[in-house]
Amino acid sequence: MTSLANAFTLIAIGGGALLFLAGTLGLLRFPDTLSRLHALSKADNLGLGLIVLGLLPHAETFTGGLKLVCVWLLAQISAATASQLIAGVLYRRKPRP
Amino acid sequence: MTMVLDLALIVWLLALAVHVARARDDQSAIIAFIAFGLLLGLGWTRLSAIDVAMTEAAIGGGVTGMLLLRAEARLRQRSLQPRTPSKTAKAAAAVACTAVAAGLALAVLSFPSPAPTLAPAAAAALDATGLGNPVTAVLLAYRALDTLLEKVVLLLALLGVWSLAPDQLWGGAPELRQAVAPPPFVYLARILPPFGVLIAVYMCWVGADAPGGTFQAGTVLAAMWLLIMLAGLRPAPDTRRTTLRLLLVGGPALFFAIGFLGFAVAGGFLAYPESATKPIIVGIETALTISIALTLGLLVAGPSSRAPTP
Repeated sequence: MTSLANAFTLIAIGGGALLFLAGTLGLLRFPDTLSRLHALSKADNLGLGLIVLGLLPHAETFTGGLKLVCVWLLAQISAATASQLIAGVLYRRKPRP
Repeated sequence: MTMVLDLALIVWLLALAVHVARARDDQSAIIAFIAFGLLLGLGWTRLSAIDVAMTEAAIGGGVTGMLLLRAEARLRQRSLQPRTPSKTAKAAAAVACTAVAAGLALAVLSFPSPAPTLAPAAAAALDATGLGNPVTAVLLAYRALDTLLEKVVLLLALLGVWSLAPDQLWGGAPELRQAVAPPPFVYLARILPPFGVLIAVYMCWVGADAPGGTFQAGTVLAAMWLLIMLAGLRPAPDTRRTTLRLLLVGGPALFFAIGFLGFAVAGGFLAYPESATKPIIVGIETALTISIALTLGLLVAGPSSRAPTP
Protein backbone atom coordinates (compact mmCIF):
# COMPACT_ATOMS: atom_id res chain seq x y z
CA MET A 1 0.00 0.00 0.00
CA THR A 2 2.73 2.44 0.94
CA SER A 3 4.73 1.57 -2.17
CA LEU A 4 1.63 2.23 -4.24
CA ALA A 5 1.17 5.61 -2.55
CA ASN A 6 4.85 6.37 -3.07
CA ALA A 7 4.60 5.52 -6.76
CA PHE A 8 1.55 7.74 -7.09
CA THR A 9 3.37 10.59 -5.33
CA LEU A 10 6.42 10.19 -7.55
CA ILE A 11 4.36 10.22 -10.74
CA ALA A 12 2.17 13.16 -9.71
CA ILE A 13 5.00 15.34 -8.40
CA GLY A 14 7.18 14.43 -11.37
CA GLY A 15 4.35 15.50 -13.68
CA GLY A 16 3.91 18.73 -11.73
CA ALA A 17 7.61 19.53 -11.90
CA LEU A 18 7.60 18.80 -15.64
CA LEU A 19 4.68 21.20 -16.10
CA PHE A 20 6.51 23.91 -14.17
CA LEU A 21 9.56 23.36 -16.39
CA ALA A 22 7.42 23.56 -19.53
CA GLY A 23 5.66 26.66 -18.17
CA THR A 24 9.00 28.35 -17.48
CA LEU A 25 10.26 27.50 -20.95
CA GLY A 26 7.04 28.91 -22.41
CA LEU A 27 7.34 32.05 -20.30
CA LEU A 28 10.84 32.59 -21.64
CA ARG A 29 10.32 31.52 -25.24
CA PHE A 30 6.75 32.33 -26.31
CA PRO A 31 6.48 35.29 -28.68
CA ASP A 32 3.64 37.40 -27.22
CA THR A 33 2.28 38.31 -23.80
CA LEU A 34 -0.97 36.34 -24.01
CA SER A 35 0.82 33.07 -24.87
CA ARG A 36 3.33 33.68 -22.10
CA LEU A 37 0.45 34.28 -19.71
CA HIS A 38 -1.09 31.00 -20.86
CA ALA A 39 2.16 29.13 -20.17
CA LEU A 40 2.43 30.70 -16.73
CA SER A 41 -1.13 29.93 -15.62
CA LYS A 42 -0.87 26.37 -16.95
CA ALA A 43 2.17 25.80 -14.76
CA ASP A 44 0.59 27.52 -11.78
CA ASN A 45 -2.76 25.75 -11.90
CA LEU A 46 -2.04 22.29 -13.21
CA GLY A 47 1.57 22.01 -11.99
CA LEU A 48 0.78 23.06 -8.44
CA GLY A 49 -2.40 20.96 -8.55
CA LEU A 50 -0.44 17.84 -9.44
CA ILE A 51 2.14 18.51 -6.73
CA VAL A 52 -0.59 18.97 -4.12
CA LEU A 53 -2.30 15.80 -5.38
CA GLY A 54 0.97 13.93 -5.06
CA LEU A 55 1.49 15.16 -1.51
CA LEU A 56 -2.03 14.26 -0.36
CA PRO A 57 -1.33 10.56 0.41
CA HIS A 58 1.51 11.71 2.67
CA ALA A 59 -0.56 14.19 4.68
CA GLU A 60 -0.46 13.04 8.29
CA THR A 61 -3.88 14.32 9.22
CA PHE A 62 -7.09 15.04 7.35
CA THR A 63 -6.84 18.77 8.17
CA GLY A 64 -3.26 18.76 6.89
CA GLY A 65 -4.50 17.51 3.53
CA LEU A 66 -7.31 20.04 3.59
CA LYS A 67 -4.75 22.81 4.14
CA LEU A 68 -2.79 21.61 1.11
CA VAL A 69 -5.92 21.74 -1.04
CA CYS A 70 -6.68 25.22 0.32
CA VAL A 71 -3.18 26.38 -0.64
CA TRP A 72 -3.82 25.17 -4.18
CA LEU A 73 -7.24 26.84 -4.28
CA LEU A 74 -5.89 30.18 -3.05
CA ALA A 75 -2.97 30.07 -5.49
CA GLN A 76 -5.49 29.23 -8.22
CA ILE A 77 -7.68 32.22 -7.38
CA SER A 78 -4.79 34.68 -7.21
CA ALA A 79 -3.14 33.34 -10.38
CA ALA A 80 -6.42 33.54 -12.29
CA THR A 81 -7.04 37.12 -11.12
CA ALA A 82 -3.51 38.23 -11.95
CA SER A 83 -3.78 36.70 -15.44
CA GLN A 84 -7.10 38.43 -16.03
CA LEU A 85 -5.71 41.77 -14.86
CA ILE A 86 -2.63 41.56 -17.08
CA ALA A 87 -4.72 40.46 -20.06
CA GLY A 88 -7.15 43.33 -19.36
CA VAL A 89 -4.37 45.91 -19.39
CA LEU A 90 -3.10 44.42 -22.64
CA TYR A 91 -6.57 44.54 -24.21
CA ARG A 92 -7.08 48.18 -23.26
CA ARG A 93 -3.66 49.18 -24.58
CA LYS A 94 -4.20 47.51 -27.95
CA PRO A 95 -5.43 49.87 -30.67
CA ARG A 96 -8.99 48.95 -31.60
CA PRO A 97 -9.55 47.79 -35.20
CA MET B 1 20.94 17.72 -2.63
CA THR B 2 19.76 20.40 -0.19
CA MET B 3 23.24 21.93 -0.51
CA VAL B 4 22.60 22.42 -4.25
CA LEU B 5 19.23 24.04 -3.50
CA ASP B 6 20.77 26.37 -0.92
CA LEU B 7 23.54 27.39 -3.28
CA ALA B 8 21.00 28.03 -6.05
CA LEU B 9 18.98 30.16 -3.63
CA ILE B 10 22.06 32.21 -2.69
CA VAL B 11 23.04 32.74 -6.33
CA TRP B 12 19.48 33.71 -7.15
CA LEU B 13 19.34 36.20 -4.26
CA LEU B 14 22.63 37.81 -5.25
CA ALA B 15 21.59 38.03 -8.90
CA LEU B 16 18.26 39.63 -7.95
CA ALA B 17 20.01 42.11 -5.64
CA VAL B 18 22.31 43.15 -8.48
CA HIS B 19 19.32 43.42 -10.79
CA VAL B 20 17.45 45.66 -8.32
CA ALA B 21 20.46 47.95 -8.07
CA ARG B 22 21.02 48.06 -11.82
CA ALA B 23 17.44 48.21 -13.16
CA ARG B 24 16.94 51.37 -15.21
CA ASP B 25 13.28 51.90 -14.56
CA ASP B 26 12.00 52.24 -11.02
CA GLN B 27 8.95 50.04 -11.46
CA SER B 28 10.87 46.96 -12.54
CA ALA B 29 13.39 47.56 -9.75
CA ILE B 30 10.52 47.58 -7.22
CA ILE B 31 8.96 44.43 -8.66
CA ALA B 32 12.33 42.69 -8.50
CA PHE B 33 12.64 43.91 -4.91
CA ILE B 34 9.31 42.26 -4.06
CA ALA B 35 10.56 38.99 -5.56
CA PHE B 36 13.75 39.49 -3.55
CA GLY B 37 11.72 39.75 -0.33
CA LEU B 38 9.86 36.52 -1.10
CA LEU B 39 13.11 34.69 -1.91
CA LEU B 40 14.69 36.03 1.25
CA GLY B 41 11.71 34.57 3.10
CA LEU B 42 12.58 31.22 1.52
CA GLY B 43 16.16 31.71 2.74
CA TRP B 44 14.98 32.26 6.31
CA THR B 45 12.91 29.06 6.07
CA ARG B 46 16.09 27.20 5.14
CA LEU B 47 17.64 28.60 8.34
CA SER B 48 14.60 27.23 10.25
CA ALA B 49 13.54 30.75 11.24
CA ILE B 50 9.90 30.39 10.20
CA ASP B 51 8.74 33.45 12.17
CA VAL B 52 11.31 35.65 10.43
CA ALA B 53 10.50 34.07 7.07
CA MET B 54 6.82 34.89 7.41
CA THR B 55 7.51 38.46 8.49
CA GLU B 56 10.01 38.94 5.66
CA ALA B 57 7.55 37.66 3.07
CA ALA B 58 4.71 39.80 4.47
CA ILE B 59 6.63 43.01 5.15
CA GLY B 60 9.62 42.83 2.80
CA GLY B 61 7.74 41.24 -0.07
CA GLY B 62 4.28 42.65 0.52
CA VAL B 63 3.83 45.93 2.35
CA THR B 64 7.16 47.55 1.47
CA GLY B 65 6.70 46.64 -2.20
CA MET B 66 3.25 48.14 -2.26
CA LEU B 67 4.41 51.32 -0.49
CA LEU B 68 7.22 51.75 -3.01
CA LEU B 69 4.94 51.04 -5.98
CA ARG B 70 2.44 53.65 -4.82
CA ALA B 71 5.17 56.21 -4.20
CA GLU B 72 6.55 55.54 -7.67
CA ALA B 73 3.11 55.88 -9.28
CA ARG B 74 2.55 59.17 -7.45
CA LEU B 75 5.88 60.52 -8.67
CA ARG B 76 5.08 59.47 -12.23
CA GLN B 77 1.58 60.98 -12.09
CA ARG B 78 2.93 64.37 -11.20
CA SER B 79 5.62 63.80 -13.85
CA LEU B 80 8.15 64.67 -11.22
CA GLN B 81 11.14 63.05 -12.79
CA PRO B 82 13.17 61.93 -9.82
CA ARG B 83 16.65 63.26 -10.43
CA THR B 84 18.98 60.46 -11.35
CA PRO B 85 21.89 60.47 -8.95
CA SER B 86 25.27 61.39 -10.40
CA LYS B 87 28.01 58.85 -11.05
CA THR B 88 29.94 59.92 -7.96
CA ALA B 89 26.86 59.56 -5.73
CA LYS B 90 26.24 56.09 -7.12
CA ALA B 91 29.87 55.11 -6.60
CA ALA B 92 29.77 56.46 -3.02
CA ALA B 93 26.58 54.49 -2.31
CA ALA B 94 28.15 51.34 -3.78
CA VAL B 95 31.28 51.77 -1.67
CA ALA B 96 29.24 52.40 1.49
CA CYS B 97 27.02 49.37 0.86
CA THR B 98 30.00 47.13 0.15
CA ALA B 99 31.74 48.35 3.29
CA VAL B 100 28.68 47.61 5.44
CA ALA B 101 28.23 44.17 3.85
CA ALA B 102 31.93 43.36 4.27
CA GLY B 103 31.85 44.55 7.88
CA LEU B 104 28.81 42.40 8.65
CA ALA B 105 30.37 39.39 6.93
CA LEU B 106 33.57 39.89 8.92
CA ALA B 107 31.61 40.15 12.17
CA VAL B 108 29.66 36.96 11.41
CA LEU B 109 32.81 35.06 10.37
CA SER B 110 34.70 36.10 13.49
CA PHE B 111 32.11 34.64 15.87
CA PRO B 112 33.68 32.11 18.20
CA SER B 113 32.56 28.57 17.49
CA PRO B 114 30.11 27.62 18.97
CA ALA B 115 28.64 31.11 18.76
CA PRO B 116 27.51 32.69 22.05
CA THR B 117 23.81 32.12 22.36
CA LEU B 118 20.98 32.82 24.76
CA ALA B 119 18.79 30.20 23.11
CA PRO B 120 19.09 27.59 25.91
CA ALA B 121 18.25 30.24 28.51
CA ALA B 122 15.27 31.40 26.44
CA ALA B 123 14.03 27.84 26.07
CA ALA B 124 14.56 27.08 29.77
CA ALA B 125 12.45 30.04 30.89
CA LEU B 126 9.68 29.23 28.42
CA ASP B 127 7.65 27.33 31.02
CA ALA B 128 7.30 30.41 33.20
CA THR B 129 5.55 32.27 30.37
CA GLY B 130 3.10 29.51 29.52
CA LEU B 131 3.96 30.00 25.83
CA GLY B 132 5.12 27.36 23.37
CA ASN B 133 6.84 29.57 20.82
CA PRO B 134 10.19 30.92 22.08
CA VAL B 135 10.13 33.72 19.48
CA THR B 136 6.88 35.08 20.91
CA ALA B 137 8.35 34.75 24.40
CA VAL B 138 11.34 36.86 23.36
CA LEU B 139 9.15 39.44 21.62
CA LEU B 140 6.48 39.83 24.28
CA ALA B 141 8.08 38.74 27.53
CA TYR B 142 11.90 38.86 27.66
CA ARG B 143 12.35 41.83 25.33
CA ALA B 144 8.87 43.33 25.49
CA LEU B 145 10.28 46.86 25.72
CA ASP B 146 11.80 46.58 22.21
CA THR B 147 8.51 45.38 20.78
CA LEU B 148 6.61 48.17 22.52
CA LEU B 149 8.89 50.88 21.14
CA GLU B 150 8.77 49.30 17.69
CA LYS B 151 5.00 49.68 17.61
CA VAL B 152 5.26 53.31 18.68
CA VAL B 153 7.71 53.91 15.83
CA LEU B 154 5.14 52.49 13.43
CA LEU B 155 2.57 55.04 14.67
CA LEU B 156 5.13 57.84 14.27
CA ALA B 157 5.68 56.73 10.67
CA LEU B 158 1.94 56.98 10.05
CA LEU B 159 1.91 60.49 11.55
CA GLY B 160 4.72 61.39 9.16
CA VAL B 161 2.68 60.19 6.18
CA TRP B 162 -0.45 61.98 7.38
CA SER B 163 1.49 65.22 7.80
CA LEU B 164 2.02 65.35 4.04
CA ALA B 165 -1.65 66.28 3.57
CA PRO B 166 -2.41 69.97 2.90
CA ASP B 167 -4.09 71.85 5.76
CA GLN B 168 -7.61 71.95 4.33
CA LEU B 169 -7.60 68.17 3.78
CA TRP B 170 -6.31 67.28 7.27
CA GLY B 171 -8.51 64.64 8.85
CA GLY B 172 -10.02 63.64 5.50
CA ALA B 173 -9.90 60.25 3.84
CA PRO B 174 -7.06 59.02 1.65
CA GLU B 175 -7.99 58.18 -1.92
CA LEU B 176 -7.12 54.62 -2.85
CA ARG B 177 -9.76 53.59 -5.32
CA GLN B 178 -8.74 53.30 -8.94
CA ALA B 179 -10.85 55.12 -11.53
CA VAL B 180 -12.22 51.84 -12.85
CA ALA B 181 -11.61 48.71 -10.80
CA PRO B 182 -11.43 45.77 -13.24
CA PRO B 183 -14.20 43.20 -12.58
CA PRO B 184 -11.80 40.28 -11.85
CA PHE B 185 -10.16 42.42 -9.18
CA VAL B 186 -13.50 43.30 -7.59
CA TYR B 187 -14.37 39.59 -7.63
CA LEU B 188 -11.10 38.77 -5.83
CA ALA B 189 -11.80 41.51 -3.28
CA ARG B 190 -15.17 39.89 -2.61
CA ILE B 191 -14.06 36.30 -2.14
CA LEU B 192 -10.58 36.59 -0.61
CA PRO B 193 -11.22 38.60 2.61
CA PRO B 194 -13.11 35.81 4.45
CA PHE B 195 -10.11 33.52 3.89
CA GLY B 196 -7.72 36.30 4.83
CA VAL B 197 -9.49 37.17 8.07
CA LEU B 198 -9.62 33.50 9.03
CA ILE B 199 -5.89 33.10 8.33
CA ALA B 200 -5.08 36.28 10.27
CA VAL B 201 -7.08 35.18 13.32
CA TYR B 202 -5.38 31.79 13.17
CA MET B 203 -1.91 33.32 12.85
CA CYS B 204 -2.50 35.66 15.78
CA TRP B 205 -3.85 32.85 17.97
CA VAL B 206 -1.29 30.22 17.04
CA GLY B 207 1.58 32.69 17.52
CA ALA B 208 1.69 31.80 21.22
CA ASP B 209 2.67 28.21 20.50
CA ALA B 210 3.88 28.01 16.89
CA PRO B 211 5.35 30.32 14.24
CA GLY B 212 3.03 33.25 13.66
CA GLY B 213 2.09 36.32 15.61
CA THR B 214 0.99 39.92 15.55
CA PHE B 215 3.00 41.28 12.66
CA GLN B 216 2.15 38.48 10.26
CA ALA B 217 -1.53 38.48 11.22
CA GLY B 218 -1.70 42.29 11.08
CA THR B 219 -0.16 42.33 7.61
CA VAL B 220 -2.65 39.79 6.28
CA LEU B 221 -5.54 41.82 7.74
CA ALA B 222 -4.11 45.02 6.25
CA ALA B 223 -3.82 43.32 2.86
CA MET B 224 -7.48 42.28 2.96
CA TRP B 225 -8.55 45.80 3.95
CA LEU B 226 -6.47 47.32 1.16
CA LEU B 227 -7.99 44.88 -1.32
CA ILE B 228 -11.48 46.01 -0.33
CA MET B 229 -10.55 49.70 -0.51
CA LEU B 230 -8.71 49.33 -3.83
CA ALA B 231 -11.68 47.58 -5.39
CA GLY B 232 -13.89 50.41 -4.22
CA LEU B 233 -16.16 48.11 -2.19
CA ARG B 234 -15.70 50.31 0.89
CA PRO B 235 -14.23 53.81 0.95
CA ALA B 236 -11.16 54.65 2.99
CA PRO B 237 -12.20 56.11 6.37
CA ASP B 238 -11.76 59.73 7.40
CA THR B 239 -8.48 59.84 9.28
CA ARG B 240 -9.99 62.09 11.95
CA ARG B 241 -12.57 59.51 13.06
CA THR B 242 -12.30 58.87 16.78
CA THR B 243 -12.89 55.10 16.59
CA LEU B 244 -10.17 54.77 13.99
CA ARG B 245 -7.67 56.72 16.08
CA LEU B 246 -8.59 54.82 19.24
CA LEU B 247 -8.03 51.50 17.48
CA LEU B 248 -4.73 52.77 16.08
CA VAL B 249 -3.30 53.63 19.49
CA GLY B 250 -5.19 50.80 21.23
CA GLY B 251 -2.44 48.17 20.91
CA PRO B 252 0.49 50.26 22.14
CA ALA B 253 -1.73 51.93 24.77
CA LEU B 254 -2.79 48.58 26.22
CA PHE B 255 0.84 47.47 26.14
CA PHE B 256 1.89 50.62 28.06
CA ALA B 257 -0.97 50.25 30.55
CA ILE B 258 -0.03 46.64 31.31
CA GLY B 259 3.62 47.70 31.49
CA PHE B 260 2.90 50.30 34.17
CA LEU B 261 0.53 47.94 35.96
CA GLY B 262 3.56 45.67 36.26
CA PHE B 263 4.99 48.09 38.87
CA ALA B 264 2.00 47.49 41.13
CA VAL B 265 1.38 43.81 40.49
CA ALA B 266 4.67 42.17 39.63
CA GLY B 267 7.35 44.62 40.75
CA GLY B 268 8.65 46.20 37.56
CA PHE B 269 7.87 47.84 34.24
CA LEU B 270 6.46 45.26 31.81
CA ALA B 271 6.64 42.50 34.42
CA TYR B 272 3.67 40.17 34.20
CA PRO B 273 2.15 38.32 37.19
CA GLU B 274 3.27 34.73 36.81
CA SER B 275 -0.19 33.14 36.91
CA ALA B 276 -1.65 35.27 34.12
CA THR B 277 1.29 35.64 31.74
CA LYS B 278 -0.23 33.84 28.79
CA PRO B 279 -3.66 35.51 28.83
CA ILE B 280 -1.97 38.91 29.14
CA ILE B 281 0.34 38.19 26.21
CA VAL B 282 -2.50 36.91 24.02
CA GLY B 283 -4.55 40.01 24.94
CA ILE B 284 -1.69 42.36 24.02
CA GLU B 285 -1.14 40.45 20.78
CA THR B 286 -4.79 40.78 19.78
CA ALA B 287 -4.88 44.53 20.38
CA LEU B 288 -1.54 44.94 18.61
CA THR B 289 -2.72 42.93 15.60
CA ILE B 290 -5.63 45.32 15.05
CA SER B 291 -3.40 48.38 15.52
CA ILE B 292 -0.78 47.02 13.12
CA ALA B 293 -3.37 46.11 10.50
CA LEU B 294 -4.83 49.63 10.58
CA THR B 295 -1.42 51.32 10.65
CA LEU B 296 -0.07 49.33 7.70
CA GLY B 297 -3.27 49.81 5.69
CA LEU B 298 -3.27 53.56 6.29
CA LEU B 299 0.47 53.81 5.57
CA VAL B 300 -0.14 52.34 2.12
CA ALA B 301 -3.29 54.44 1.62
CA GLY B 302 -1.18 57.57 2.09
CA PRO B 303 -2.01 61.11 3.20
CA SER B 304 -5.63 62.23 3.03
CA SER B 305 -6.63 63.57 -0.35
CA ARG B 306 -10.27 64.48 0.28
CA ALA B 307 -11.74 67.10 2.57
CA PRO B 308 -13.15 65.58 5.79
CA THR B 309 -16.88 64.91 5.65
CA PRO B 310 -18.61 67.19 8.17
